[in-house]
Amino acid sequence: MSVEAREARQPWILLSPALTAVALFLFVPLLFILVYSFWLRTATGADQAGFYLDNWREALTDAFYRDILFSTLRIAAITTLVCALMGYPAAYFIARSKGNKAILLLLLMLPFWISYIIRTMSWINILGVSGALNTFLLWTGIITDPIQMLYNETTVILGLVHFLLPFMVLNVFVSLEGIDTNLEDAANSLGATRWETFLQVTLPLSLPGLAAGGLLCFVLGAGTYITPLVLGGPRDAMFANLVFEAIITQLNWPLGSALSLMLLAVLGVLVMIYNRYLGMAQLMKGLG
Amino acid sequence: MSSVTLKNIVKRFGTFTAVHQANLEIPEGDFVTLLGPSGCGKTTNLRMIAGLLDPTEGEIQIGGKRVNDIPIHKRNLGIVFQNYALFPHKTVAENVAFGLKYRDVPKSEVASRVQAALDLVQLPDVGDRYPKALSGGQQQRIALARAIVIEPDVLLLDEPLSALDANLREDMRVELKRIQSQIGVTTVFVTHDQSEALAMSDKIVVMSAGRIEQVGTPEEVYNTPASEFVANFLGASNILNGTCLGKTGSDVAVETPLFGSVPVPAGKASGLDHGPAKLVLRSEKLTLLAPGADTTGMITAPATVETVDYQGQTVRYFIRMGDTQLQAINLIDERPFPEGTEVTAAFRAKDCAALPGA
Repeated sequence: MSVEAREARQPWILLSPALTAVALFLFVPLLFILVYSFWLRTATGADQAGFYLDNWREALTDAFYRDILFSTLRIAAITTLVCALMGYPAAYFIARSKGNKAILLLLLMLPFWISYIIRTMSWINILGVSGALNTFLLWTGIITDPIQMLYNETTVILGLVHFLLPFMVLNVFVSLEGIDTNLEDAANSLGATRWETFLQVTLPLSLPGLAAGGLLCFVLGAGTYITPLVLGGPRDAMFANLVFEAIITQLNWPLGSALSLMLLAVLGVLVMIYNRYLGMAQLMKGLG
Repeated sequence: MSSVTLKNIVKRFGTFTAVHQANLEIPEGDFVTLLGPSGCGKTTNLRMIAGLLDPTEGEIQIGGKRVNDIPIHKRNLGIVFQNYALFPHKTVAENVAFGLKYRDVPKSEVASRVQAALDLVQLPDVGDRYPKALSGGQQQRIALARAIVIEPDVLLLDEPLSALDANLREDMRVELKRIQSQIGVTTVFVTHDQSEALAMSDKIVVMSAGRIEQVGTPEEVYNTPASEFVANFLGASNILNGTCLGKTGSDVAVETPLFGSVPVPAGKASGLDHGPAKLVLRSEKLTLLAPGADTTGMITAPATVETVDYQGQTVRYFIRMGDTQLQAINLIDERPFPEGTEVTAAFRAKDCAALPGA
């Protein structure tokens, strides 16, 4: 074998374990789901193999699914916006702080050591009827009866922001770190105040990080089912809850498959738009 | 255009003192170079003049006015950074126009001033391009155009040539000096490269370990170094320990074991009278000759060529004289002396300088 051929093969040899895992545990199951989505669930509860479009017709035409898809996208968008507004200043502070960056980043990562479910459930102890906030307000006498603060769209967004904020901060931090501080000094020296420098130089150059963080927050937020399950009311179901409901509760695998592929397609289009304009490399920077 | 004055400037970072008591007077329109090895405080001084650092003690004046408390964006300075620091998301024209936005320049005038600046740096046609599409040397010219288009009171250059290739660096050196003299702006240039400093400056400020060692014209710092550090930093020098025997006429005699008594011109003997002294003998002034060659008017001693460092146009010899190794840089005439050759080391006394001994 020639040297070129050996060198050309080497990356594939090194990649093969990862590629095998991705193929086996991601693409094959996805393929199953695609096939399932064309099966039909009969009245007896058994699945009938074949090529039926019934599930797709239901998923795509029923206003119920459409409304929940839109409200899911709305919740994900609001969450992303709140994460951006809260995360950017935090990332800026960490990127510009001297010396203790490592500790600040560690503090940011610390919540990841606790299960996401437990972190979500902790809000019940804070906002619940007998939670910390109500207890405090009752003690101060500001209120006489506990307020129901949980189980609405706001608490769902609160839980999502709590979950997703570190992703935003990390991505913005990475792009801010990549900006040469001489650029800011140069802008300053040319007459721009610090705020003008931020608007003219720092912010535009950190937009790729903001976009990467935004994409992650949006995709992860739109795909969540735990947060609305724990912190949402009966009317706050998000799209992934419908999939969960169809597959786990109703055991309707064909419909659940069609619904999950629908969500995948919507988010996939979003990722493709992002990739078209900014490229995946930026996202990888933020994750690494 | 303005003069720049540093008065008793001290800069401390924690317990480390980067600049000790710097005093410096830069006249209006001068090209002054802060020269020294890395960590000598030259960039710290530049950044304090720029307003990017605050001095711990002392006063900085620009145009006779104290500027310590004036923020950088109000100082009206042009800064050129080592890595150019062009805004990557703006076109060349937008980069150059950046400073004009904050100076109440009428919109109609902006385009013509940007074009004039681009013409001055001899890149009239790149306004629509992004910095990424330009070579390093072109980016450096644009950085210069951006700094001078605002008609700064002082132009600050922080090692602007060190990121360029050797050939380009020499071209840019000439170019930079041409532009500076054309617009006549007071310029402070920071470099660690002695040939840049010698070629471009009206005055050189040699710095070492946070202290100003010497301030003078290129000829002064080169021919009459004020300290051993300066003698070694600007070109290679041989420093020989000796004794000053006192003044005879317009010369000061310095006795060294290798060459006997050397009559150094009094103007280059830093006021020495009697006592321990050091003879500064520049490597390029120490000539190697074949034994028996005409050495009229020269001070000579026999030596052996130990190492030959061939550099094309010149050759650097390390020669042995007893226990001492000296360096000689000579132009090559035909072929260099091979290693092991017995030669005569010769120099003229007027080319030497003397410093107080330890």
